[in-house]
Amino acid sequence: MVLSRLIGLVVLLVVLVSGSFGVFAWHSAIPAIDPPQASSFEPELVRRGAALASIGNCNTCHTRDNGPSFAGGLRIPTQFGSIFTTNITPDAETGIGRWSEAAFARAMHEGIDREGRHLYPAFPYDHFTHITGEDIRALYAYFMTRQPVRAETPPNDLRFPLNLRFMIAGWKLLFFRQGVFQPDSQHDAAWNRGAYFVEGLSHCSSCHTPRNWLGAEQRDQRYSGGEAEGWTAYALNASSPSPVPWDQDALLHYLRYGWHAAHGIARGPLAPVIGNLGALSDDDLSAIATYIADIAGPPSPERAQRGRAILNRTTATAAGAASTNGDSIASTTTMTTTGDESDGAAIFAASCAPCHESGRAMPYGGIDLARSTGPNGPTARNLINVVLWGLPPSNGQRSPIMPGFMDVMSDDQLRALLIYVRQRFGDGPAWTNIDRDIRDARSDKFDVGIYPAPSSDPAFGVVSEREVR
Amino acid sequence: MIKLTVNGHEHMLNAEPDTPLLYVLRDQLALNGAKFGCGLGQCGACTVMLNGEAVFSCLTPLLLAAGKNVTTVEGLGTERSPGPMQRAFIEEQAAQCGYCIAGMMMRAQALLRKNPSPSDADIRTAMQPNLCRCGSHMRIMRAIKRAAALMKTADAGTGGRASP
Repeated sequence: MVLSRLIGLVVLLVVLVSGSFGVFAWHSAIPAIDPPQASSFEPELVRRGAALASIGNCNTCHTRDNGPSFAGGLRIPTQFGSIFTTNITPDAETGIGRWSEAAFARAMHEGIDREGRHLYPAFPYDHFTHITGEDIRALYAYFMTRQPVRAETPPNDLRFPLNLRFMIAGWKLLFFRQGVFQPDSQHDAAWNRGAYFVEGLSHCSSCHTPRNWLGAEQRDQRYSGGEAEGWTAYALNASSPSPVPWDQDALLHYLRYGWHAAHGIARGPLAPVIGNLGALSDDDLSAIATYIADIAGPPSPERAQRGRAILNRTTATAAGAASTNGDSIASTTTMTTTGDESDGAAIFAASCAPCHESGRAMPYGGIDLARSTGPNGPTARNLINVVLWGLPPSNGQRSPIMPGFMDVMSDDQLRALLIYVRQRFGDGPAWTNIDRDIRDARSDKFDVGIYPAPSSDPAFGVVSEREVR
Repeated sequence: MIKLTVNGHEHMLNAEPDTPLLYVLRDQLALNGAKFGCGLGQCGACTVMLNGEAVFSCLTPLLLAAGKNVTTVEGLGTERSPGPMQRAFIEEQAAQCGYCIAGMMMRAQALLRKNPSPSDADIRTAMQPNLCRCGSHMRIMRAIKRAAALMKTADAGTGGRASP
């Protein structure tokens, strides 16, 4: 008797819970509209939306390689399978042409599409939920006035049960906190402006925060480093591996021009992000730098001193004074013993030193690697990507380049070089998993994102490469 | 001693493993086709093929070329019997000062090995690392397309058959 009652209770509970989950998970469609005329939007609103879309980096994901802007189709590899980005041009059949502003706002704020389906959080609505209604309106105006492109989004290729969209409702219950950005009165206007962009539209922590096994950002480890497109996204907080600690001025210069003499050149997926930040005013960019500098916090006295020492030690090469090339090679020759390590030194001397120890000024001269986060990072991945593919030239504008060595170096030779560079320029234990990282980079596991450096020539302005292609 | 195969000939070289391949080719083997331009891998004048791939010989230490097949412009044919790539460049008069041309031909050769019928866009993308300061790019484009056509004809086999 007691048992059957218990069973009844459990059944009732299951029905109630799944019922209320169903209610939570179910969303109605928002009625389709006829695609609005481009002329129905205020030009000023569209212009603001253009800048916001740029800051949100929308083009990078919603454009496949060499494809039309915003027509989607880019494969996003995840640990759960592949997701393809959607067409966000106002095409009535394959894009968002039939979406009302309310439907667009719901997608941005709640991660639900016009027809009421949950969107995968590869679309960073966990950040876009912070965007104000006013900015959503401008973004909507911008996208609805783009050239409509007919492009079906390829079907996602996700493993069961994640291919079932109602599972996302559970994910949201666990990890998604909806709500427009609320200013923090403890901080000034610039900090809050920066926080609004960084936490919302710019969604910086999507890459710079580690994710848990369900792909959600780990809130207790915000900005302690994550990954993107086969690259390690370095920690931005106190655990930053940068040899020279970042400060607000360096951040502002780096985010504006894509390089800084004490830190190097933006590469990988950060390069187009910085290109896109060209749409920001100096004031807004400065606000972002303020906020990120606060995330980093002031460095410990030891770190600050080490940074100064590295800068002083490497100023000779950076300023073009007597090259330390001969000395450093000599000193490392005594250090190396095995054949592998001397191979690394020889490769470095012939392939890397001509630029990285030339004394030519940044950004067209290579950075002294003692200043670079690459050899000091938690993994060898970024160095592997850069050595294999280099920095390709940018189309139609001046930008720093680096040749890739994909076709010249075997895995063994690359490993020897990495070990040598880590030992000589890095401050940390030997990297583990070098072999796995080399294998992954050369395979199609990540679709490693290779981008030209942001144009550093102010005469050209800053143009996103994916836009010009 | 380091073993190096250049245009099908084996050489035993007495050189440091970090010596740039370009120096070995020019100074020790007197193959002066590949040129020193920038020494930084930014101009392409030094381009040669390593196992069929175009590489900057100025940034390639001998160590990385050891045991592989190096092909230089001298391996594409001779003055009397130019290979199809060389013939195409001559027929299109694609050189002005000529300094970049050996590198251009080697990168184009590597392209046509992989893609015998490249589109204009394919050629532009593949040739991006090689610069020409004289501005004869349009002739170079035409020469590469002519070379692609020549390589498909029967008389292309008289020269330029060095193993890649």
